[in-house]
Amino acid sequence: MTTASGNELKRLHGLPVRLRSIHIPPVYYFLILVFLVGGTLDQIFADGQIFSNPAIMLNIIVRSVALGIVAVGQTLVIIGASIDLSVAYTISITAVMSSYIMQGKTANVPLAILEVFGIGLLIGLVNGLTITKLKVNPFIATLGTSLIIKGIINATFSNYTGSVPKSFEYFGYGTVGPIPVSIIILLLIVLVGWFLLSNTKFGSHLYGVGGNSEVARLSGVRTDRVLIGAHVICSMTAILAGLFLVSQMRSGAPWVGPNGVYDLNSIATTVIGGTALSGGKGGVWGTLGGVLIFGVLETVFNQLGVNPYLKTVLQGAIIVIAVASYTIRSKKEAA
Amino acid sequence: MTTSTISSPAGFSKSLLSIWGSIKKIPPVYPVFFIIFIVLGLLNPSKYQTMTGIMTFLRTAAPLGVLAAGELLVLALGGFDLSVGAIVTFVVLVSSKLLANDPANAYPAILIMLGFGVAIGAVNGLVVSYLRVPSFIATLGMMLLVRGGALYWVGGAPQGYLTENWRAFGRNYIQNVPLFGRIPYALIVLIVVAAIAYFLFHRTHFGKQILSIGDNVRASQLSGVRVRVVRVLTFVLCSVFAVIGGILLGGFGGVNVTIGEGLEMQAIAACVIGGVLLGGGKGSVLNAIFGAFTLQAIVNLLNLLGLPKPYTDAVQGLIIIAAVAYVGLSTQRKR
Repeated sequence: MTTASGNELKRLHGLPVRLRSIHIPPVYYFLILVFLVGGTLDQIFADGQIFSNPAIMLNIIVRSVALGIVAVGQTLVIIGASIDLSVAYTISITAVMSSYIMQGKTANVPLAILEVFGIGLLIGLVNGLTITKLKVNPFIATLGTSLIIKGIINATFSNYTGSVPKSFEYFGYGTVGPIPVSIIILLLIVLVGWFLLSNTKFGSHLYGVGGNSEVARLSGVRTDRVLIGAHVICSMTAILAGLFLVSQMRSGAPWVGPNGVYDLNSIATTVIGGTALSGGKGGVWGTLGGVLIFGVLETVFNQLGVNPYLKTVLQGAIIVIAVASYTIRSKKEAA
Repeated sequence: MTTSTISSPAGFSKSLLSIWGSIKKIPPVYPVFFIIFIVLGLLNPSKYQTMTGIMTFLRTAAPLGVLAAGELLVLALGGFDLSVGAIVTFVVLVSSKLLANDPANAYPAILIMLGFGVAIGAVNGLVVSYLRVPSFIATLGMMLLVRGGALYWVGGAPQGYLTENWRAFGRNYIQNVPLFGRIPYALIVLIVVAAIAYFLFHRTHFGKQILSIGDNVRASQLSGVRVRVVRVLTFVLCSVFAVIGGILLGGFGGVNVTIGEGLEMQAIAACVIGGVLLGGGKGSVLNAIFGAFTLQAIVNLLNLLGLPKPYTDAVQGLIIIAAVAYVGLSTQRKR
């Protein structure tokens, strides 16, 4: 019966099974809704650029690149039933350190990149080891590392530091044909995240650890290693986001991370994308949808010239509504 | 009877063991706090070994204690409340506007603030209960909403100052008390709040129900706990306590746009140092308040050592991780 109707559908639409088996995360319906409502409001109250100007469409995505890159890492960590609150200051330390080392010289770029990825590896390892070996709750452990990094940055840097060579600005401003390099990088990161989660042993182990760590351990998964790996990857994405931001700003400032609220925003977009905070469920495509919602909102608010404080209020309300739009149907009590 | 058991050698070692047993049962937060406080006293005897000094310390620590008592209830329920810091900002900013520099408005303003506390907590609880949004996201949204709303209401900058009688709760002392010298109003407020929280949490069915929901929502539902009612009430209590904490902090520190920043994280850290399990099912009001005292003592200690603010952050991060690791590992050994 089911197979018959399945075949019928296949004949009717003529689509290959593979394509129809793609499950679109529900967040994209919300994204389209936000886009249409925002665009319509723009038509009525402002100059209607959102629907008519393709450059604005691209700009929505470019705006989302930094948050999108971190959010992929955050998604991995949250799927493992952990959390990372240190990404904002990891971004800051990347921005100031890389710009400080580069000092506007192209020759220093490889050294700077090597150095910040070293820092990322260290932060990820410290997070992962504190959580798995010292058994500190991930919320507190990463809050602690976040405070430590904050202290180190504020003790050393207080303002714009160093500068980025012209060649490095390619990362933030370059284009391949009509498409900005940053968008390609974001897509690559999302693809890597998707590949890791759905096509590797690490990915399935991560889902296992997030779903039920004890069961995963008893069935032979080295749960500690998997979680440490996820934290290292997450810190690495924060480093990449920091490099992207510094190439856009041309000089590193210690406040880029906390000012962008990358810690809480990356968690919010991940959850909006359908990843469960309790772990074991979700994926990076949903997160990308959540990030794009933030990008669309930002653009719509700018177009309409909304008061910045009112913007915060609306953002808070929309985060809750976006998550509620699908949790409301769930039978399980939230916590 | 007692003397005879002690006089025999076997009885003596047994009673020693039982004393050792009860010492081991003391939650680790108390030794941690007293060690830090004794170090403070050794470094600055004039300030931390006199009754006046201790009272001054308690006045500074009281607001965080009040916030921690509220946060504890929500954490024990298995949730998070990230909106408490924003509520503190809201209370201070909006009060400065409502007071309109007229002392006669002080008590009505406080009542209105408490009303807002009830409303904010009720919305948090209802969103979690009926829209099934995880409390992390629901209260994150509320945090943005409340902070943005406060800044929008007052137009981005404080309007006027807080009148003397409004500030009395956080700033003034009852003078000439025998034995104590002087007692800060803030301490009395903390004791009242702590007594209410202690009674509700440790002595009533309501408290037992909070713990059982934190332990296992489904099981408590099946055994007839009205999960939603309990949850909404818990969030209301937390928000009302946050308003009280805001009044104390505003009284102590005056009007400041960033007064509540990061307080939610500090309150959660205080509870975790006090032995709360994030995820619910375990907690003690008194331990959480002493967790808050510990955090405040750490800050005072670092200031006393003359460390500049950035290093204070870093060391605070390290100590939070170490304290939680110690609390966690020592609880684990007992199991």
